[in-house]
Amino acid sequence: MPLPRLIPCLDVAGGRVVKGVRFRGMRDIGDPVALGEAYSDAGADELVFLDVEATIAGRGTLVELVKHVAERLAIPFTVGGGVRSYADAEELLAAGADKVGVNSAALARPELLTELAEHLGSQAVVVAIDVEGGHVRSRAGTMETGRDAVGWAREAQERGAGEILLTSIDADGTRAGYDLELTAAVAGAVDVPVIASGGAGNAQHVADALGVAQAALLASILHEDPARLQSLRCELRELGVAVR
Amino acid sequence: MRVAICEYGAGNVRSVSLAFERLGAEVVPDVLGADLAVLPGVGSARAAMAGLRARGHDVALRERIADERPVLGICLGLQLALEESAEDGGVPGLGLVAGRAVRLDAGRVPRIGWAQVGDSDTYYFAHSYAAHTPAATAWSEGVVAEVRSGSFIGCQFHPEKSGAAGARYLEEVLCLCLV
Repeated sequence: MPLPRLIPCLDVAGGRVVKGVRFRGMRDIGDPVALGEAYSDAGADELVFLDVEATIAGRGTLVELVKHVAERLAIPFTVGGGVRSYADAEELLAAGADKVGVNSAALARPELLTELAEHLGSQAVVVAIDVEGGHVRSRAGTMETGRDAVGWAREAQERGAGEILLTSIDADGTRAGYDLELTAAVAGAVDVPVIASGGAGNAQHVADALGVAQAALLASILHEDPARLQSLRCELRELGVAVR
Repeated sequence: MRVAICEYGAGNVRSVSLAFERLGAEVVPDVLGADLAVLPGVGSARAAMAGLRARGHDVALRERIADERPVLGICLGLQLALEESAEDGGVPGLGLVAGRAVRLDAGRVPRIGWAQVGDSDTYYFAHSYAAHTPAATAWSEGVVAEVRSGSFIGCQFHPEKSGAAGARYLEEVLCLCLV
């Protein structure tokens, strides 16, 4: 198995990186281009960029901004938010993304995952799943879908998703630890890699998440001090986690 | 140094272009005339082969190999260079190198993440298929990581996404083109 991955996440709204708690109360964090570069330099294994307003605003992803972020990166770059079609995905890859993340559009039309996988290969198709109380929510957490997390993860894999970005809305931004129960349930139900997201507050939380998932998404814990990523890697090694 | 990157409709062409430009190479459209032709690697085998044929890149790449001029295949680009891929129910490849691409059957698939190659550096992989070929020159966790045959070099990992180690790898490939 490849090494467990640490993946900083840029939630972007209004052209700026923002971060809230449980998807609410978004605070301005900084410039996505500068932060992306800082994380790349600090040894991030990948970078995720989520345009958190795109679906709600009914528009596509911020392609120009994606281009600028990509120019500074020499690590894998996943972009999501507002991807509704293969044409949207192609536009993001052309802008410098390596993988595309889909969420609401796949819930509304699950065949989208198959269309993307047929063109891009599964390894470039990440399904983002936002979960509250075990239930999947769409449109940046604002809408109930009536689906349960494990069932949707399994279906998404069957339809072609090559990776699952699993966010616990309950844990998001709390820094109180990942939702390990949810993460373990999903990771146990699928064969594709799972990225745990929501709740990182310290190295032990991340180590725990990497015990059940293949990667850990990091946002609040890093944003005030991107160099924290380096110290986090050292702490994880001391905890026996073989990070890069 | 002029580098041509074969575009076929779904590749991460920009990522690869940026990586070569950072090394001072000039990215040009002429696949036949460039010092190095790169077959990049995001896509599925069938769609990619159709895209390559539609643009005439299949002919150009075969011609380069026949003339012993360098071609670099990255990830899917390596798999397409083989005689056949098992992906999508079986797809004939370019046949630049002996061997076939078969589906990975161990661990989580797609195999995604950083892994060591031989006893050298750690590089980023993202793949569901891997090469079975007598031309393998390096392995990672039992998976063929690099292939060399004539003027063809293929890597299963993504040097353009492997940070400083990846840049060093691409630089070595550019150096080989000067020889």
